[in-house]
Amino acid sequence: MGLKQNLHSLREKYKGTKMAPAFNALHTFLYTPNDTAHGGTHIKAADDLKRTMNTVIMALIPCLIFGMFNAGYQHYVAAGEIEAVTSGFFSSEFWTLQNFSLGFWKILPILLVSYGVGLGVEFLFAVIKGHEVEEGYLVTGMLVPLIVPIDIPLWMLVVAVVFGVVIGKEVFGGTGMNILNPALTIRAFLFFAYPTWMSGDKVWVEGAVERTREIANGSTADAISGETILGSLAQSHGVDYSVMDMFFGFIPGSIGETSTLLILLGGLFLIFTKIGSWRIMLSSVIGALVMGYIFNLVVAAGWITDTSKFYGLMSTEFWHHLLIGGMAFGIVYMATDPVTASQTNKGKWIYGFLIGFISIMIRVFNPAYPEGVMLAILLMNVFAPTIDHYVVQGNVKRRLKRAKLKTA
Amino acid sequence: MGLLSKKDSKLILDPLADNNPITIQVLGICSALAITAQLKPSIVMAISVVFVLSVGNVVISLMRNIIPSKIRIIVQLIVVATLVIIVDQVLKAFAYSLSKELSVFIGLIITNCIIMGRFEAFALANKPWQSFLDGIGNAAGYGLILIIVGFFRELLGSGTLFGFKVLGDSVEKTGLYAIGYENNGFMVLPPMALIVVGLIIWVQRSRNKELIED
Repeated sequence: MGLKQNLHSLREKYKGTKMAPAFNALHTFLYTPNDTAHGGTHIKAADDLKRTMNTVIMALIPCLIFGMFNAGYQHYVAAGEIEAVTSGFFSSEFWTLQNFSLGFWKILPILLVSYGVGLGVEFLFAVIKGHEVEEGYLVTGMLVPLIVPIDIPLWMLVVAVVFGVVIGKEVFGGTGMNILNPALTIRAFLFFAYPTWMSGDKVWVEGAVERTREIANGSTADAISGETILGSLAQSHGVDYSVMDMFFGFIPGSIGETSTLLILLGGLFLIFTKIGSWRIMLSSVIGALVMGYIFNLVVAAGWITDTSKFYGLMSTEFWHHLLIGGMAFGIVYMATDPVTASQTNKGKWIYGFLIGFISIMIRVFNPAYPEGVMLAILLMNVFAPTIDHYVVQGNVKRRLKRAKLKTA
Repeated sequence: MGLLSKKDSKLILDPLADNNPITIQVLGICSALAITAQLKPSIVMAISVVFVLSVGNVVISLMRNIIPSKIRIIVQLIVVATLVIIVDQVLKAFAYSLSKELSVFIGLIITNCIIMGRFEAFALANKPWQSFLDGIGNAAGYGLILIIVGFFRELLGSGTLFGFKVLGDSVEKTGLYAIGYENNGFMVLPPMALIVVGLIIWVQRSRNKELIED
């Protein structure tokens, strides 16, 4: 009663003013408005944009919670204060309050900045342009904290979010009109603008940057560092994480991308609710496996030996690629973004396959940009309309041919 | 504007704003992206183009009645090429390091669409004095955008202006860097120049709605 009534009266109060869209958005965020249309007929399905967005957020929550535990776990393991996990996904060393609280207090500000700034920009544009607030940022705001390193300075995040929302989305006309995935635009901006904070072996574990600075100033504490697996492989270092660690996600990486298991569950949930496209997910996985397998064959044929700088990633077993880095996260939550992906079913297969294929190619051939999946998805976002165009044209041609055959 | 008639001053002022070669006609983009990572090359480029375009316009305009229209492009090319070589040699002689920095882009002024465009659209049909003003105006409009873009890219990308560390020293962490500020590496990459030009276009068109085309 209380909250809904309050929101409703607030909305009535600001009706017709410049600020109206902002209050409309708050009002309809979780509730259906009281009024019904009396003019023409409107068909409105229950799964409107807000409900769709909320469903994706539900699928992301496990990754977020896991990310909080993992942030603490990585910190304490790297600092040598606790032992590495040995006994499976429900290890008691991992799910401790100590781990969680460190991650929670570190990730909460990132989450708040992401939502605060992003929604601020959206509300601002809605008020200036005089349209309703679109819900596009709800998912973006949740994705952003999951795909950045834990030690990212908050002001950089502010700059990147403003850039991503304005340049990535609002200039094209807002939610539904954007060419590039806004969350990935934000990450790409961070990656190219502040590369020292987005790659290397210092940013993935909480406190590593701080500790390096202390040591430089004469502290005797042990250094903390944690390379991502991709980073190690790109430099042909050995990796001492087991496949199970990679699958469960007990590895350093961006906050929410490490646990392939939880991403898999989230993906299944999205497929079950018919919000994520299984065609894109499946074809991306196939694309990645094919490219990885080709590289494995190249290594097996002896064309690339361990003196080559590509050896580390090329010789990685092809299915490991799905477990490391942001591959799984990108495929499940980013590639399937309904706005920027291909719309046609055949187009989705092509789009997804190329994302997987190109991701692995970028990973292997450009160790400076180890996270190929980000660049691959952005690239395919640009090509998605072209793919759709040819799929549609192909269909038109085929049907014209059939029609001609009939009449002839 | 006592010196110039109203019509003449329009020739100079129009391309500075409402008919800007970069933001309205979208010409000469390539060099605007390539050399604007810093302010100094942007300004040198702007001056070079002012010289080439104003002198070139006068030369073409003087010859406009004797150039056979079939070979006019070749004649225009020879005129630009001559002027560009002069600029290139002068830079090499007096500002060698800058000429290194600008590398091929001085030579590529030849292919700058603004120059051939003005020759074709204006100098071939107008008297030398008007052509001269038109050349100054268009090149200055081009240069103005270059300098704006160069200003923001150097300030945000390297934290300097003309090489002076206006935001403090990024290595020794003084000034803004002491409180954790860092240079935006994206700013020095060419894509960001495109985005900055886009932002200028956005600002300009939202201030003057008549410029918005469908």
